[in-house]
Amino acid sequence: MTATGVPGTSRSARWKSLGRRETRVALLFITPASLGFIVFYLVPTFRGVWLSLTDYDLFSPGTFVGVDNYAKLLGDSVFFNALGVTLEYVLINITLQTALALLLAALMHRLAKSIVIRGILLAPYMVSGVVVALLWLWLLDYQIGLVNNVAEFFGLPREAYFGDPQLAIITVALINVWKSMGYTALLLFAGLQAIPKDVYEAASIDGASEWKTFWRISLPLIRPVLALVLIISIIGSFQIFDTIAITTKGGPVNATRVIYYYIYDLAFNRYDFGYASAMALVLFALLMGVTLLQLRLTRANRSDLG
Amino acid sequence: MSVENRGAGRRRVPLGKIVAWAVLIVLLAITLVPFYWMLRTSFSTTASLPSNSENPLPADFTLDAYRRVLGLSSADESIAAGGSTGSLNFWVYLRNSLVVAVSITAVQTFSCALAAYAFARLRWPGREVVFSIFLAALMVPPIFTTLPNFVLIRDLGLLNTYLGIVLPSLLMSPFAVFFLRQFFLGIPKEIEEAARIDGAGYFRTFFRIIVPMSSAPVTTLAILTYVGAWNEYFWPLLVGQSEDVRVLTVALGIFRAQTPNGGPDWAGLMAGTVIAALPILVLFIAFGKRVINSIEFSGIK
Repeated sequence: MTATGVPGTSRSARWKSLGRRETRVALLFITPASLGFIVFYLVPTFRGVWLSLTDYDLFSPGTFVGVDNYAKLLGDSVFFNALGVTLEYVLINITLQTALALLLAALMHRLAKSIVIRGILLAPYMVSGVVVALLWLWLLDYQIGLVNNVAEFFGLPREAYFGDPQLAIITVALINVWKSMGYTALLLFAGLQAIPKDVYEAASIDGASEWKTFWRISLPLIRPVLALVLIISIIGSFQIFDTIAITTKGGPVNATRVIYYYIYDLAFNRYDFGYASAMALVLFALLMGVTLLQLRLTRANRSDLG
Repeated sequence: MSVENRGAGRRRVPLGKIVAWAVLIVLLAITLVPFYWMLRTSFSTTASLPSNSENPLPADFTLDAYRRVLGLSSADESIAAGGSTGSLNFWVYLRNSLVVAVSITAVQTFSCALAAYAFARLRWPGREVVFSIFLAALMVPPIFTTLPNFVLIRDLGLLNTYLGIVLPSLLMSPFAVFFLRQFFLGIPKEIEEAARIDGAGYFRTFFRIIVPMSSAPVTTLAILTYVGAWNEYFWPLLVGQSEDVRVLTVALGIFRAQTPNGGPDWAGLMAGTVIAALPILVLFIAFGKRVINSIEFSGIK
């Protein structure tokens, strides 16, 4: 605590040198992360755009083909099918997951705040998508899977959950609802916790039922959190890969060929890197659109609490 | 909490509560039963599973499935037990997963903590611009950069090496930088200034004051990074298929593909998933509270 004012140097000169040294130190501190960022995020982003304009196939240096890949996209029925399957998946996955997560969050908030319950509900989210996929492949086995055995016990027919083209994508969507609903519920629960207690006390004094309290108080007040959670889960949902790679590999026929899996298939089984990159860029644009749309809605909903 | 109304309300509230508890218990059961079934199957004999499908206990309790996937039983024994013909060596995959997850966690956390400190605490020209560019990387879907990254790793001759598997996420994660910056911003400036006046340089301040003071969020981030690296499937699948660097997730995928389609080796597959899931679940039980709190924190922010 001694050298507060160093005599001899003027204040501004000291600040200047401090600033320069501080800048040097800062640049040193961000060097490792920046290196990783430039090499594996920034450059590949531009290189990806470039690849989408070539016919690169991993083995020969690609040639520039202009927007040919994008033109090809417009005539590719498998691509549009993949888009449709992905949207169906996202719709089922997000609707159910959000509804169940809201229910769970409300139950945790009004009934049981125990950390053990939160821990159990989060467990499926902590294990790998590969583990979850294998586990459900076994549980849903046609011959001896637990789910079909239980269904039969209750007099329901056995189903080939992964083999039936009508059921396959719904099955995959439900598996990921199982995996992520606890996580989503936890985020929403945190939002509910932030609502001041006296709001609920007032509602209770007014004799409002739990049902009414949820719809009139909880839901409107966590709308900003809900919007944020939705945007994160929708973006994640569009990138479904693990479950499909382990269970159906896009089949039966193309019933579960989602866009992520189709891109993977094009690039790493058919080595069509140019075309795969073009498709990835379209996915990128699509997700940007979802984000921007969602952000606008969030901002419109800002002024609820307070 | 409960609505203690006089008269008619009194009887209705407990009923609602019973229904609510019932719903919660059903959802907890749906979450837990699959995990139990995974364990139960892993201790069973594959051949006994069809005739014991109503039995909640392991069918012919045995550790054979574990011996099989850990490569402790001979090929003939494996095939006799309904196993796959391919060699299985989950010890090696366990080691590979450990090497990959530990190195990514250690290096990435350190590198991102340094950057987060520079963004939160140091004044330098261009700070905000660089930070927003870092954040923008969160918007790019991984598959888009994965394709060029694969080309790069291949051109560097790093396919089927540990380095090839860890390199893209070794130094940088936009989420990690963002997460740690939030915490560093919350540390009172006075503490740092006091250290500076005592003659501590930037490095000393960072290592002796900032890092110890943020040990809780740094640990939390390290756990989340570890879990993410351990569970990652897509990238290791592309660059690390060969046996000597194969991680658990990739190994499980290959095991699944090799297992005979008519009668899969379910006990073996479930033993493999237990081996892949257990280290994470143990970690989660040990640090669960911290992980839960940090997820809730990330939800509010």
